[in-house]
Amino acid sequence: MNDHRITRRSFIKRAGAAAAVSAFPLSVVEMAFADPSQRFTFAYISDSHLQYVKGKEFVYNWDRGLIRAVAEANLLTPKPDFVMFGGDLAQLGMKEELDHGAEMLSRLKYKTHCVMGEHDYYLDLGEYWSKLFGPHHYSFDHKGVHFVVLNSILTTDEWTHKRWPTAKQRMLEMAGLDNPNGSPFMVGEKQRDWLRKDLEKVSKTTPVVLFSHSPIQKLYKGWNFWTDDAELVQAMLQPFEKVTVIYGHVHQIQYNQIGNITFQSVMATAWPWPYPETYAQAKHAMPKLTVPMNRADPFFERDATGWQFIDMESGRVVMEYNLYNNTNRVVAYNPATRRPEDRAYQNPAKRIPPQNHF
Amino acid sequence: MNAKPIGWLAAASLLFAMADLCAAQKTAKRPPLGLPPAPAMAGNPQTPEKIALGKKLFEDKRFSSTGEVSCSTCHEPAKAFTDSPLKTSEGIRKLTGTRNAPTVINAVYFERQFWDGRSPSLEDQALHPPVNPVEMGLKDHEPILAIVREDPDYARAFKQVFDKSGKEITMTEVTKAIAAFERTVVAGNSPFDRYYFKGDKNALTPAQKRGLQVFVDEGRCVSCHVIEQTQALFMDNRFHNIGVGINAIQQDAPALVSEFIKAKATASEVDVKVLTDKRTSELGRLVVTRRFDDIGSFKTPTLRNIAVTAPYMHDGSLKTLRDVVVHYNNGGVTKEGDPVNDFLSGGIRPLKLTEQQIDDLVAFMESLTSPEFAHLQKALK
Repeated sequence: MNDHRITRRSFIKRAGAAAAVSAFPLSVVEMAFADPSQRFTFAYISDSHLQYVKGKEFVYNWDRGLIRAVAEANLLTPKPDFVMFGGDLAQLGMKEELDHGAEMLSRLKYKTHCVMGEHDYYLDLGEYWSKLFGPHHYSFDHKGVHFVVLNSILTTDEWTHKRWPTAKQRMLEMAGLDNPNGSPFMVGEKQRDWLRKDLEKVSKTTPVVLFSHSPIQKLYKGWNFWTDDAELVQAMLQPFEKVTVIYGHVHQIQYNQIGNITFQSVMATAWPWPYPETYAQAKHAMPKLTVPMNRADPFFERDATGWQFIDMESGRVVMEYNLYNNTNRVVAYNPATRRPEDRAYQNPAKRIPPQNHF
Repeated sequence: MNAKPIGWLAAASLLFAMADLCAAQKTAKRPPLGLPPAPAMAGNPQTPEKIALGKKLFEDKRFSSTGEVSCSTCHEPAKAFTDSPLKTSEGIRKLTGTRNAPTVINAVYFERQFWDGRSPSLEDQALHPPVNPVEMGLKDHEPILAIVREDPDYARAFKQVFDKSGKEITMTEVTKAIAAFERTVVAGNSPFDRYYFKGDKNALTPAQKRGLQVFVDEGRCVSCHVIEQTQALFMDNRFHNIGVGINAIQQDAPALVSEFIKAKATASEVDVKVLTDKRTSELGRLVVTRRFDDIGSFKTPTLRNIAVTAPYMHDGSLKTLRDVVVHYNNGGVTKEGDPVNDFLSGGIRPLKLTEQQIDDLVAFMESLTSPEFAHLQKALK
């Protein structure tokens, strides 16, 4: 299981086989363009943060999160067309961690596309990740929808190349959520140029879905829930009629609308942000955080984590959050209000009241 | 109760429900030490006559196709309301199901019945075994109704308890009486209760006291087998995948789940399927909720009187309490080093307990036996 060479080969082999299968029914793709209301589904797993300890040991809890999400995605009926992995597969960008993750993802029975996260990137600037998963940014068309994957966790050349004595320290500095030594994420000029050219070929009526690790919007700079050149990317997306940005990184459910762009986040399989320091019975590997959170039940280590099942309905995202020890939630674009809404909890009477702790 | 304005009819039935509740409280005895009052069922108040009728029904073997199996065959009072030491229960013609008979003792405290919680109440639960092909084997409930309508003793009792006779007697009355009897089968007042709630320091042995500490601390047992300030039900009314049963079908889970979801089974079909098909049985509560979160998960049983209800787990696969503790200590696998199932509940992880701690935990669980069943424990020693 931890023979890294076999691991890598098996992932590439699996990915190649899946690509061949999905490339085969070309006629289906054409028919989809003729009928954009055709529905299809895909699954979204993100933020597993697999962490290497020593020898063959990895942090148990993070492993269990990804293993369970992969196994559950394989149960989906009807089967999804593909799976997205939303970044932060590894915790500190190590080969051991990325190989370990590739091995787990290779068990998915579907074609898998990956997004780069900062925890995958800042040790070797994504070099080893590329060997496993391919280019850092790319696009593909599927049944009438244009999908774009960006590497949104880049930052300035100065911070990346000149500030830190070692690659390991650079990785550690970016891995801390509320670390003032970090640096704001950005897509960068080079990738923005690529995106402009990529989108030029796409009709404004074609549904566009963009995947990034960090939110392509400015939520909270202190925790890097942030992309510094978000407005420039948004400006390129606004002319499209139906456009959705799906991001990981925040380990919680968020959704909003900016102009034509619908934003939706996905859950982590590892831990929820923020996270409390209340459960210290056994040694754990939770990254330190100075802001505590009220978490329902820290005994159940999957509590407040999850993965997503997405229904592309007329080019819009209907996202079902598969939540452990909890009621699943569905967030979907509401054409009447022109924004994404939680299908159950809009009505104040239907909201789950917060738990009281004594 | 929702917050909508209550109509006259609803208000009237609410009043009746409250009257029922008061009646139940009047007749209910003080609960045994360590237990809360047994939850009452609206519309089915407890009366001594109804309880006696329920007991008679519970023990009547005529309610099976062979005339040899009653409720008490698998829930035998002399065996702490189980069929210990059977792994899985034997119904008509020695047919075996897939699941270990859970004790009736304290079953009233469960919010849902059966290992997978597919039944919402004791009343509903009592409907199913008579018509399950591997339990009591009847085609439908008619033979039961024929007996209770015609047998003079039953006819008199149903008239007295429900003021009903002949065709007015239905399975509603039959199951109400059985459930009323089962509600009286509660037992607390164990050595643990006397130690914990009464402050009797000599009620537990030193090993049992150390075991209690492991139970609430490093063993993480108390997170599901709950002990509270004033009572201890030793369960959480929840369902968990702890790595029993599911390990055997892990590879086939996608096919089994997909097959099950496509089949769109009705509740009674599910009841038959889970008891006759071992592989579907291991899907656990998923067959009820159809949620991935519930795959391979089963109800947390109470630990009260656990020492006298071996073997353990939903499939009776673990023979001793020590086997159970070792299973948890391994992080949800019976044999150390075996692969953990992909859907394991988040609370289960390797515990790294010492042999001494494992022994102490077993000793602690042996302190949960009520005086009514202490002789069974002595006989086992």
